[in-house]
Amino acid sequence: MKFGVVVFPGSNCDRDMQDALQNDLNKEVIMLWHKDKDLSMFTTNDCIVLPGGFSFGDYLRCGAIARFSPMMQSVIEFANNGGKVLGVCNGFQILCESHLLPGVLLSNGQQKFACKNVFIKTDKSEPLKIPIAHGDGRFYADEKLLNQLEANNQILFRYCDEHGIVDEKNNPNGTVRNIAGIRNNNGNVFGMMPHPERATSSELNNIDGKKVFEILGLN
Amino acid sequence: MTYNVQIKVMPLKELLDPQGKAVMGGLKNLGIHSVEDVRVGKHVTLQIEAASETEAKQIADETAKKLLANAVMEFYEIEMIN
Repeated sequence: MKFGVVVFPGSNCDRDMQDALQNDLNKEVIMLWHKDKDLSMFTTNDCIVLPGGFSFGDYLRCGAIARFSPMMQSVIEFANNGGKVLGVCNGFQILCESHLLPGVLLSNGQQKFACKNVFIKTDKSEPLKIPIAHGDGRFYADEKLLNQLEANNQILFRYCDEHGIVDEKNNPNGTVRNIAGIRNNNGNVFGMMPHPERATSSELNNIDGKKVFEILGLN
Repeated sequence: MTYNVQIKVMPLKELLDPQGKAVMGGLKNLGIHSVEDVRVGKHVTLQIEAASETEAKQIADETAKKLLANAVMEFYEIEMIN
């Protein structure tokens, strides 16, 4: 599996993502500029990553302008053909704005930028320690959509404590139902606020991020 | 003809607006206690070249729907100025 990492003006986790994928997960990585649109070197077995950052300065709404970059038109087509797409942090916001994922990410409920290690888990996994760093990470969708996401197993990760307890105390941004990450109905587009690429090296004292890539089938 | 259009974009009423909440806190610190609620949105002005007011309004509506506002979290109102 090959990876493409899209660089937007204002992306700032693109090199972290490249480094984690290349050096910690031993993957081939091709960096992609947002103004290009050629994805012909990728097949649907490969994965395009939208990294974290502040694309276009977060002007208007986070991810709203990046959605119209030429490369995003190719990424949308790639995803619709079944190719894998992962959006982390700002990448998650771009996926929601692009309608590749449902819902939206609102500014944090507690009016603070949240930058710390948190725990997240799937329905089956142990709690994983992964860093977050965002001001707009409060996932929101209406009740009907949330019920639909739960019924289709589209909720990937929820915030929890170190023992795996999911509750309001361990919700860092006011997100509905403690949601930290979701996938689309087809299971090929993934979005999450926490940064797994910041936790894939033992030199950083945390390799839980590797387990996130495993859970997503991107290892 | 050029038409001047104003678009008001506001967070949906049922959603918590942290910006408004922060401004509310600032007002309290200022000693203004009579303000009961604050919500912060965006005010966008467009200059649109169109054949008629109806066409200008249509273009403004498309702009708001596709880019300026996200219906999951916001609503918008369009006002023609001239």
